[in-house]
Amino acid sequence: MENLIGLLVAVPLLGAAILLTGGRRLDRIGHWLGTILAAVSFGIGAVLFFDMLGKSGEDRAMYSHLFSWVPVGGFQADIGFQLDQLSMTFVLLISGVGTLIHIYSIGYMEHDERRRRFFGYLNLFVAAMLLLVIADNYFLLYVGWEGVGLASYLLIGFWQNKPSAATAAKKAFLVNRVGDVGLSIAIMLMFTTFGTFSFQPVLAHAGDASEGKLTAIGLMLLLAACGKSAQVPLQSWLGDAMEGPTPVSALIHAATMVTAGVYLITRSGAIFNGAPDAQVAVVTVGAVTLLFGAIVGCAKDDIKKALAGSTMSQIGYMIMAAGLGPIGYVFAIMHLVTHGFFKAGLFLGAGSVMHGMNDEVDMRKYGGLRTYMPVTFITFGLGYLAIIGFPGLSGFFSKDKIIEAAFAKGGTEGWILGGAALLGAAITAFYMTRVMLMTFFGEKRWEADAEGHEPHPHESPKSMTIPMIVLAFGSVFAGGLFSLNSSFLKWLEPVTGHEEGHSPLSATTVTAGTMVVLVIGVALAWLMYGRRAVPAVAPRGSLLTRAARRDLLQDDFNHVVLVRGGEHLTRSLVYLDHSLVDGAVNGTAAGVGGLSGRMRKLQNGYVRSYAVSMLGGTAVLIAATLLMRAV
Amino acid sequence: MNPVNYLYLAALLFTIGAAGVLIRRNAIIVFMCVELMLNACNLAFVTFSRMHGNLDGQIIAFFTMVVAAAEVVVGLAIIVTMFRSRHSASVDDANLMKL
Amino acid sequence: MSFPLLTVTAALPAVGAIATAAVPAAKRTVAKWSALGFSVATFVLAVIVLVRFEPGGERYQLTESHAWIKDFGVRYELGVDGIGVSLVALTALLIPFIIAAGWHDADPLEDKNPNRRWRPTQGFFALILAVEAMVVVSFEATDVFLFYIFFEAMLIPMYFLIGGFGDQAHEHGDDEAAKQRSYAAVKFLLYNLVGGLVMLAAVIGLYAASADQLGHGTFSLQEILQARAAGKFDLASSTERWLFLGFFFAFAVKAPLWPLHTWLPNAMGESTAPVAVLITAVVDKVGTFAMLRYCLQLFPEASKWATPVILVLAVISIIYGALLAVGQRDIKRLIAYASISHFGFIIMGIFAMTTQGQSGAALYMVNHGISTAALLLVAGFLISRRGSRLIADFGGVQKVAPVLAGTFLIGGLATLSLPGLAPFVSEFLVLVGTFSRYPALGIIATVGIVLAALYVLVLYQRTMTGPVKAGVEGMKDLKVREIAVVAPLIALLLFLGVYPKPLTDIVNPAVGQTLSDVHKTDPKPALEATK
Repeated sequence: MENLIGLLVAVPLLGAAILLTGGRRLDRIGHWLGTILAAVSFGIGAVLFFDMLGKSGEDRAMYSHLFSWVPVGGFQADIGFQLDQLSMTFVLLISGVGTLIHIYSIGYMEHDERRRRFFGYLNLFVAAMLLLVIADNYFLLYVGWEGVGLASYLLIGFWQNKPSAATAAKKAFLVNRVGDVGLSIAIMLMFTTFGTFSFQPVLAHAGDASEGKLTAIGLMLLLAACGKSAQVPLQSWLGDAMEGPTPVSALIHAATMVTAGVYLITRSGAIFNGAPDAQVAVVTVGAVTLLFGAIVGCAKDDIKKALAGSTMSQIGYMIMAAGLGPIGYVFAIMHLVTHGFFKAGLFLGAGSVMHGMNDEVDMRKYGGLRTYMPVTFITFGLGYLAIIGFPGLSGFFSKDKIIEAAFAKGGTEGWILGGAALLGAAITAFYMTRVMLMTFFGEKRWEADAEGHEPHPHESPKSMTIPMIVLAFGSVFAGGLFSLNSSFLKWLEPVTGHEEGHSPLSATTVTAGTMVVLVIGVALAWLMYGRRAVPAVAPRGSLLTRAARRDLLQDDFNHVVLVRGGEHLTRSLVYLDHSLVDGAVNGTAAGVGGLSGRMRKLQNGYVRSYAVSMLGGTAVLIAATLLMRAV
Repeated sequence: MNPVNYLYLAALLFTIGAAGVLIRRNAIIVFMCVELMLNACNLAFVTFSRMHGNLDGQIIAFFTMVVAAAEVVVGLAIIVTMFRSRHSASVDDANLMKL
Repeated sequence: MSFPLLTVTAALPAVGAIATAAVPAAKRTVAKWSALGFSVATFVLAVIVLVRFEPGGERYQLTESHAWIKDFGVRYELGVDGIGVSLVALTALLIPFIIAAGWHDADPLEDKNPNRRWRPTQGFFALILAVEAMVVVSFEATDVFLFYIFFEAMLIPMYFLIGGFGDQAHEHGDDEAAKQRSYAAVKFLLYNLVGGLVMLAAVIGLYAASADQLGHGTFSLQEILQARAAGKFDLASSTERWLFLGFFFAFAVKAPLWPLHTWLPNAMGESTAPVAVLITAVVDKVGTFAMLRYCLQLFPEASKWATPVILVLAVISIIYGALLAVGQRDIKRLIAYASISHFGFIIMGIFAMTTQGQSGAALYMVNHGISTAALLLVAGFLISRRGSRLIADFGGVQKVAPVLAGTFLIGGLATLSLPGLAPFVSEFLVLVGTFSRYPALGIIATVGIVLAALYVLVLYQRTMTGPVKAGVEGMKDLKVREIAVVAPLIALLLFLGVYPKPLTDIVNPAVGQTLSDVHKTDPKPALEATK
């Protein structure tokens, strides 16, 4: 069984290699090949999963050591895998949702001449993401970590001839690189502290290290998580990343890659447990982002950007839950999985809408689409109910638990976090209702474009609707299934550990509170967007709305401080390199040249003047000799 | 007669030769002045040989003569060639090697 | 006496140079194939050397030793350690690719502009082989004087390669191109000559010091090391420092280290891409290699004395080179500044004095050679298609030439040290090695990682993506010859990225010995230290 673990990564990697080097010959079958290999990976995952179910909780973890990778002195990096319940959860999510999105892309990318390459990149992503979650040490995890960054870069910029896509791709990679630096420093710190960076020894001995070291490692891991999971202050890339094809947004920027930060923090639980200061930083980041993303999501008219804000916000919930320590780890992962279902479903729905609307993304140009695309409407609607936490659906179970855990943190901190989580839930209900109303309800608002083409909204082909239906099932039932008998808790507990939190409010109170804010949010949205017609041109809006449309001015800040400042710095350095460093050398050269120019005049070409100097020289020499004698 | 007088004569001849080299422009004259300096040296060598009572100085004088003869051959050839090509024997005109 | 394998490895390209130069002027193709044949044969020999080398055996293997200039104690001594043998193999590996990539770089030009003079094809390839021979001897020599001679002699063929066969493309026309070329060639020569002369003084100083201490002057590295081990060779610290500085100055110019770097962008910008590869991937490696072999082994105490300053200069190189790369408008100059940044990493790794740092530096030399070759050769194909080196003249290339764009991206990703590709391993080792002894410097150096992503991706974005620019529409994708040049390099980058163990196994023992020369051991992990 252990030998199968490596195949999880190898199969999609092989697919990427074949598709990207195969050339035009594979254009006709490339998408099928990519999809099948992703499905094979899921199949292997399923086999391993059932094998794992057959064992008892404590010895479910499987290990597979392939070979020694970088052995240099005390630095021993191996290619080795560790598949425990936490990794298994991710493997199934990644390969499962991944396969669905491969299928969806067959229809979505049908008319793109570079479809083969798209599937190659998708396979590359699946391979890298699986490597990230099954690595048995932080160094190999880092490979997957940057690998998904690369795949994300390639896929965001897939339509490279669009300058905005190319810029967005570059931005995503750069911001992620800043986070990656955090991860690499964390690895170095682990190496100097523990002498190793494999999960098992590091996590086992985390308790022996000083709190200062653990806090440093924790903060660096948090930086890494912020980059990958689009958390404040490294969140700015996610909105722009929507330039990529919609299946990419669903797979990478909603369901899987952006949740890698949550995985990293949960996986490193032992380190955070010993570093309370780092945990405070984590929950702060999570709470700030969950509000930040929600506010941004309220103001966007671009359906994908609104969903991107929502993703940011939901991951904020997960990061906050992970920062709560053992009372939150399980719920962070549970919300991650249910979010994987409903957010991927929502994005695929958005893609289906765009597919029928000539790639229009402005929700102000939608309206009343429920009659034109019934399947999309129903699946999207179920996803919507799940994300706002409608009782009985997936999001209800997972989000409710996180809010409870936040209150259970205790003290003022608990009240602040719980309050933020409740407020976030209200805003979530508001912006998701807004998306729903603007897209599927009301009157049609689309018009013919400049060339006179009027969109003819229609339902998408089967290859696209089937994945949406499957994901809708997940959105509806996953949460209930996980909560039945606390099955998910029991599944993950051996890996992440779990403690019951002691909330100052009873579970019923929290649920009731959540319901109240939910109703308020929905009602507010209905008052603003349901009761009256939505204007086709966005009103100017309040100061907050305008700021939220510009991602709360983060990009403006980045532009002024980093981009402009950087440009000035490099330009002045280029000038200084030429004038100062090079100038010093060239100046010396010119000085020597000038001196030799003067000396040259002595060589005037007249034999007699040479004779004079010879005579003079001889006379001086003789005089000197005589003088020396005399002395 | 006191051999030192020969040395005075040699010094005088050398000075005349050196002055000629420095002052005159005609290559032939310059050349003759060089010869004059060489012969002044020869006279000094022979005189010293006589003064010290050994033959070293005389041997050197022979060497000098041989070298001077070789120099005459080469030097005159150069001067003649130069005169042919440039119609002048002035040493100041021969400055083509100047940068 | 055994077969002089090292001598033959070095002599074969020299023979090849003579043979190629002797091919009649009309038979250009024969000259090209002769050069390629000799370089491939040299590579085969280098592989044999690599196979015969036993990792973990004697420190210097396959040694040869003959008296050469007896009166001055100069000996003809060759021998390779793990680092030397890797770099010999790298050199022998890259030269065939350089020759194949430059296949048409020395073809006669058709127009009659006097500044675009007739270019002797034979000379171009003969000069490349001559450089190879000299570089190989430099990596193999264990006699300081022998090393010095070839270290300096390399400048002569390089001078002609830069000045005589430079890049024809220039935004201000042919005359300006010719002027810039000769400026770059002279600058290259002068910088390195000055460095070399300072080193010569130190070489003579070393001779005098050894004559003083041992009773007879010697340049032999092994003899000096043995004498030191026996306690017979012990320099006064001021003498040692002066000698160290003399050696280090020459190597820092060659490497190049900030602020002695300004010759590199000129030389790489004005020469053709294959020659630029020769400069940065092969010739410059002699500088960093010599720091490891001569500075640390001959002057261990002085090396430790100078470490803080050198590390700071190295970190400045990393950041400064990367920032300047971001600000460049010219593709080749951009890559040159990126190389300066990378050489900063190598030097930092060497002087961090940890196993990881130095092994990483040795690996970095090999990996940087391969990755820069891949990036720069593709850049050369790109430039020759458009006749311009300015980034602004390109745009949307991936639309018309996807294979070219793809290989360029992989070369770029290797340059920014993406995990999975070879440079990542070495860069991380250097960082971890530095961090474990000097945490602050290690952290500052990581800024270089972010900046590397910036300059590579900006370059890729401006040249390859976006709408197709005028002048780019008709661009042809890579030809078979060009793919044959790039594909093996990329394959090697991938292989060494996933399985660098063969290389680390060769390099590690040599690093261990060097570290024991300077009496340094790795810092212990905090947890072990407390126990």
